[in-house]
Amino acid sequence: MAATAESLERKEKLQGIGCSRKRKEDPRFIQGKGIYVDDVKLPGMVYGALVRSPHAHARIKSINKEKALALPGVITVLTADDLKPLNLHWMPTLGSDVQAVLADEKVGFQLQEVAMVIAEERYIAADGVDLVEVEYEELPAITDPHKSMDPDAPIIREDLVGKDEVGHGKRLHDNHIFTWEAGDKDSTDAVFDKAEVTIKEEILNPRVHPCPIETCGCVASFDKINGHLTVHMTTQNSHLVRTVLAMLSGIPESKIRVITNDIGGGFGNKVPIYPGYVVAIVASIVLGRPVKWIESRIENLSTTGFARDYHGTAELAADKEGHIQALRFNVLADHGAFNAHVSATKWPAGLFSICTGSYDIPTAYVKVDAVFTNKAPGGVAYRCSLRVTEAVYLIERMIDILAQKLNIDKAEIRRRNFIQADQFPYNTSLGWTLDSGNYGPALDKVLKAVDYEGLRKEQAEKRAKGELMGIGISTFTEIVGAGPTKACDILGIGLFDSCEIRVNPTGSAIARMGTQSQGQGHETTYAQIIATELGIPSDEIQVEEGDTDKAPYGAGTWGSRTTPVGAAAVTKAARKIRDKARKIAAHLLEVSEDDLEWDVDQFRVKGVPDQVKTMKEIAMAAYSNVPEGMENGLEAVDYYDPPNFTFPFGAYVCVIDIDPQTGEIKVRRFYALDDCGTRINDMIIEGQIHGGLTEAFAVSMGQLIDFDEEGNLLGNSLMDYFVPTAVETPHWETDYTVTPSPHHPLGAKGVAESPHVGGIPCFSNAVIDALSHLGVTHVDMPHTAARIWKKLHELGVAK
Amino acid sequence: MSKTQVNFILNGQPVEVLVEPRELLIHVLREQLLQTGSHIGCETSHCGACTVDFNGESVKSCTLFAVQAQDAKVITVEGLVSNGELHPLQQAFMDEHGLQCGYCTPGMLMRSYRLLQENPDPTEAEIRQGISGNLCRCTGYQNIIKSIQKAAAVINESGHDEAKSA
Ligand code: FES
Ligand code: FES
Repeated sequence: MAATAESLERKEKLQGIGCSRKRKEDPRFIQGKGIYVDDVKLPGMVYGALVRSPHAHARIKSINKEKALALPGVITVLTADDLKPLNLHWMPTLGSDVQAVLADEKVGFQLQEVAMVIAEERYIAADGVDLVEVEYEELPAITDPHKSMDPDAPIIREDLVGKDEVGHGKRLHDNHIFTWEAGDKDSTDAVFDKAEVTIKEEILNPRVHPCPIETCGCVASFDKINGHLTVHMTTQNSHLVRTVLAMLSGIPESKIRVITNDIGGGFGNKVPIYPGYVVAIVASIVLGRPVKWIESRIENLSTTGFARDYHGTAELAADKEGHIQALRFNVLADHGAFNAHVSATKWPAGLFSICTGSYDIPTAYVKVDAVFTNKAPGGVAYRCSLRVTEAVYLIERMIDILAQKLNIDKAEIRRRNFIQADQFPYNTSLGWTLDSGNYGPALDKVLKAVDYEGLRKEQAEKRAKGELMGIGISTFTEIVGAGPTKACDILGIGLFDSCEIRVNPTGSAIARMGTQSQGQGHETTYAQIIATELGIPSDEIQVEEGDTDKAPYGAGTWGSRTTPVGAAAVTKAARKIRDKARKIAAHLLEVSEDDLEWDVDQFRVKGVPDQVKTMKEIAMAAYSNVPEGMENGLEAVDYYDPPNFTFPFGAYVCVIDIDPQTGEIKVRRFYALDDCGTRINDMIIEGQIHGGLTEAFAVSMGQLIDFDEEGNLLGNSLMDYFVPTAVETPHWETDYTVTPSPHHPLGAKGVAESPHVGGIPCFSNAVIDALSHLGVTHVDMPHTAARIWKKLHELGVAK
Repeated sequence: MSKTQVNFILNGQPVEVLVEPRELLIHVLREQLLQTGSHIGCETSHCGACTVDFNGESVKSCTLFAVQAQDAKVITVEGLVSNGELHPLQQAFMDEHGLQCGYCTPGMLMRSYRLLQENPDPTEAEIRQGISGNLCRCTGYQNIIKSIQKAAAVINESGHDEAKSA
């Protein structure tokens, strides 16, 4: 049926899929009425502050609380000894390990949690922290993961001595956590042995931190009378948290309510469960009063969810024309003092095996060894899926190095290796089935937009004059949307997601999901999907997340899983409702269901344009006049278990100039083309791309969580840790192609992480391209002016 | 610790609070006066989430003791709406997608509010410089800049400028 002007008008009014409607969450944010965790104030609430270790590795000889307890306003001081009788001094991590809630006889990283002071006021709690006296006996620390498995290395985790596994197979040393492999080692080695060309490079993804502007925190409130525990918390995954809390505390899950209202940015930082949350909960259980714990910025940067610290040795084998024949990546992963790495049970190295990228690489082998060091635990996915940035960084750097070695243009070598459009669905040599892609046209579009040939000419001219100009390319493929429950679970729980929709008698609707927005605008995009599927204006659809008492169970928002998994659940729940609505319409119109067709917001009898029932009329009938044998009401729940991940891709070009005397880098241009399949709201997608590119810029140009040999963190405030301001941040140019996912009900893929994942290698490739004529094949991030200046000195460029 | 009485004008209304001399203005605004629009991202004057308008200047309210506010005129994001109408900056941030998680937004709005009074028609470079004390992790600033430019145009055309409380 052709769309009439009248039906187009009705469609427009819905503000559904494909329209850049304004965000439903903004009115509260622009008026200062968001509710973030530190805005929660409950009657009788007290405050917790943590005493932390100044040492990276030490034995605790004694803790003296007397002076703190003597301070007026201090209510109690909790240590591991107080938690022991409740069996709450250790907690499970999301990486199949355990972590000390409060240090149990020993600390393993600087600023580890040792005690919590609870006081009537925030300032008094902080004063109390200064009065707790802890005596330590310092132990030698390990901060270089390459030394973790030395025969005489000090043992970091005495609690694990004698255990030959931490959830992921055999350990080789007391400081070893696991070995994980994928691919075929023997055939990979065989290809390398006889290859015409091989290259090898040590490539580090340094330790960084997602650093959302809001730190982590919670308000725990235990009701002693009915045994209910309510926790307001900065978490990207409230349901998983509730399950862990139930396992940990023995309180039935039905009596635990985790509430997350607004979150001030997450980027992976707010996935794990941190000791501060648990101690605040225990304190509330003990005291019967609400306890608030809010991290300071220094605590946030020093102790919660770092990312990366992946030390790679990457190799490619190819023929002389640059066709890659095999890939071999070995990684040493620094997980810090506890394995709090967020990973699905079967994927201790996350989705690192996506490292064959956009390329048709017939043979591959990867191996990741994870070790303990005396650094903060973590290994979160900083605006990416688990270990995908690390993987994409290695392949996108390596293909550049191969091009350099063979003197092939860096765009051309990518074209030669691309998986072709007709090869999809494509099975990679490391076991993934890429759902859809069309890489060549995307790259061509970008090269044309930036006049790539012109840029290369200009670069040649500049080089002749001693100037340093770099052109970086990245043609990445991501893997997002964890994930099929047959392949992915956390703590035994599958990574499906959920949606429940209820249509009210007057035709408005409320929908609840198991995901959690941290600024991505779920209230808006989910409402748009339902609007299109059900013909209800998106303004009349109330979307709620982040309250475990209300929303159906879901694994939360991380790893760009909201669109691939959550939005699919939304779509399918809406379609269940539409199926029921069709039955009701048939009943009202006294025709068979087959005689009806859906038209924007109504069912009508085919060929009889004035015989219609609008969604509004159907909604009312659902509560008053349903066909015989049908239940009243108009609602549905869907738990969506995706058949596969989705594989968004993109082509990016970055142009930079380096000042040969100061090492300063100026980003002249950054052009990003993304393909995330079907687009729900262009405005929001663009916003996500801008944000992700800016975080990529931050990582590649300045972020670093660094330590000295004793395990002292070198710089843990915003004075030292690089968060770009508007001045440094480049201007972004965006573009897109649309290659829908064949298995997603809307054809949509995830998007918010692509710019981060694809952007980081693009910047590095540009920086190294600027130096490539000087024989440089690789320089590790971050590319700060000081580090580049040093490099230029070594090269004899800067005088 | 002994407390001191402090009087100042908050969003056009006189307020009186009893504070410890060491208490930071941001804590008093949020905890005592319950104006939780201004946020805390660092407490070390780096992030700008706590930015308020203080006697006609942008000030990071974690940098001031509350006692320093005696007799001051303070405007927070809660004071931007006048006569029930959004300030053109608020409207523009919404129209141009100048916010995502919203955490930096109140500080960003208050800084932009003062910026446009200092420089009613700023260039992109001047805006970038002008908001460089305010960090945003979500937006990459591009749409914030667009929002400020749009608000500037609206204000210059209509003459709307002051918040009700100014
Ligand atoms: S909280 Fe005041 S500048 Fe960060
Ligand atoms: S919108 Fe999230 S920090 Fe700016």
